[in-house]
Amino acid sequence: MAIRLLLTAALGLAGMVSLAFGQNPAPTPTTAANERVALRGAGATFPAPLYLKWIDVYTKANPNVAIEYQAIGSGEGTKLFLENTVDFGASDAALTDEQIKRAKAGATLVPATAGALVLAYNLPDMEGKLKLSREVYADIFLGKIREWNDPRIQALNPDLKLPKQTIILVARQDSSGTTYALTHHLSAINEAWRKGPGTGKTVDWPGVSMTARGNEGVAGRIKRSWGSLGYVEYGFAKRLGLPMVHLQNKAGAFVEPNLNSGQAALAANVGQIPSNLRVFLPDPEGQDSYPIVTFTWLLLHDQYPDPRKSAALKGFVGWALADGQRYSGDEGYIPLPDGVATLARAAVDRVR
Amino acid sequence: MASHQFDNVDRSGSVSGPPSGGDYALDRSFRGIAWFSAALILALVVYIVVEIGGKAMPAIAEHGLGFLTSTAWNVQTGQFGILPQIWGTLYSSLLALILGGVFGVAIAIFLTQDFLPSRLAMVFRTIIELLAAIPSVVFGLWGIYVLIPLLRPVANWLHANLGGVPFFGTSLSGPGLAPAALVLAIMILPTVASISVDALRQIPYKVKEAAYGMGTTRWEAILKVMLPTASSGILAALVLGFGRALGETMALAMLIGNSNQISLSLFAPANTLAALLASSFPEAGPVEVRALMYAALALLAITLIVNAVGLAVMKFATRKFEAER
Repeated sequence: MAIRLLLTAALGLAGMVSLAFGQNPAPTPTTAANERVALRGAGATFPAPLYLKWIDVYTKANPNVAIEYQAIGSGEGTKLFLENTVDFGASDAALTDEQIKRAKAGATLVPATAGALVLAYNLPDMEGKLKLSREVYADIFLGKIREWNDPRIQALNPDLKLPKQTIILVARQDSSGTTYALTHHLSAINEAWRKGPGTGKTVDWPGVSMTARGNEGVAGRIKRSWGSLGYVEYGFAKRLGLPMVHLQNKAGAFVEPNLNSGQAALAANVGQIPSNLRVFLPDPEGQDSYPIVTFTWLLLHDQYPDPRKSAALKGFVGWALADGQRYSGDEGYIPLPDGVATLARAAVDRVR
Repeated sequence: MASHQFDNVDRSGSVSGPPSGGDYALDRSFRGIAWFSAALILALVVYIVVEIGGKAMPAIAEHGLGFLTSTAWNVQTGQFGILPQIWGTLYSSLLALILGGVFGVAIAIFLTQDFLPSRLAMVFRTIIELLAAIPSVVFGLWGIYVLIPLLRPVANWLHANLGGVPFFGTSLSGPGLAPAALVLAIMILPTVASISVDALRQIPYKVKEAAYGMGTTRWEAILKVMLPTASSGILAALVLGFGRALGETMALAMLIGNSNQISLSLFAPANTLAALLASSFPEAGPVEVRALMYAALALLAITLIVNAVGLAVMKFATRKFEAER
């Protein structure tokens, strides 16, 4: 909760900063109009730290553009975008064809960055690296394995002293693209999951679970709860110093979540990209690939009634897809592969 | 009007006299204000119920009574149910009532039955009533940073050694039912204690003297004479405490863990109706808001039922123990 408040404060601050800069009639390097343009966006919490960084850097260089981003979850963000209440949305689950049809002003999906989804846990008395195989972590989420000292977990980690404690799952309360990415992956690797809870932005969790709002909420809850296991974007777990599970990938190797393994997953699997830029990697191939990676998308309208708005937005997103990508690593995200970034920039250029 | 008979009384030279026009006006306006205030409170309650009910109507029509027995809360698919929340509300409040009730009544006995010099008893009572002035969010933070770390080793020992007992079926990870119920018990303690103290104080001293005169020991006098005589007041204290526990929000939202599951385990995360409302309202869309309104209505109904049952029990107790006073 505290972190959530902080984030809100940060958002507010970012808004104020950009407003303050916006009032100075400074010359503008990249956008055409000299008047102040305000853009509003909302959506995924997964990439929020990176987006806020981008907004901060970009609005400092372009003081006539003010951008506000509210991290309220992919589900709400998508809804606000489709209702046309925000200028751009953000979601870790790409829109479906049906949703695109419903968008009043059209929808262009732009992959903005990618991230590794990690299983972070809190076992304060346990040192060492926890490894979980594909069957085992699926069964944990299915509620079939309920205790940390389960023989199947112990067998994978013979050196660890696992406590007799209940595995408390921390899931997302709000409608979330992060949940979508995890459940998509679980459905791909596990028959029982596919037939049971399935894939969705919210699902009915079978195990003993708590819920919290937003990636930052889940990370904070894990930090405070012993014996908990939850799923968050890599950067959130890293910032709070939470230990992360080494997951078994499709090739059978146990992979530590970090930027290299995430990049390996993208590099090995993003050969052909569909023209609508909806790429999902529910179960990437490759010996070094981290198994749960997802792109996250910015949702733009096909056309904006106000040309200044569309120019400002295209300026910002275009910059984020080019120079902005170098901030990805620091914030815990995987920069887009060059091929994807090029296609994404082309998509942005088509926005009117 | 009966007052006309005073009109021809000689008023001079007497301090007493009939009420003046001003007195009448004062009396009438006071009565009017009293009526108005009473009516306003009633109207406010009715307005709140109607308003919430009206907003909940679409959800009631859509989900029907199945809302009360379903365990899903899925905004995406539009399935809503509050059985885990109802369970968590009643379970946590009941635990709090047992703990807070026992301690509250015990404190009341301690403070009123001459165990302490009266001045010291007053100091104690003031301190307990101070508990009521602590904001709920402070209780929540205290629960997170003090109570949970204290409770965790005990809970996890119980789970490790007595894990077969359903009450200890999970370990305590952090937020959960046990810390929530403990904090609730502390929060209702001042209510229970101070009303019980008043109830015990109201018993005329001669009742106790009579009991001693009959040759009772101190404990016999307390348990068999004083407590039954004060029973209606003590029950009122418990009902009020239970009502407070049902509606408590902030501390619970921080401590209970927001889990849509029904578990007997004292250490499992759970959820309550009030915590659901507090944690879901800020970002709820229109569909979810309607479901939340329905949940609020259910909470209102539960509180009403609890108060009605409490009233009935109180009446029964009064008849049984206090009729001949």
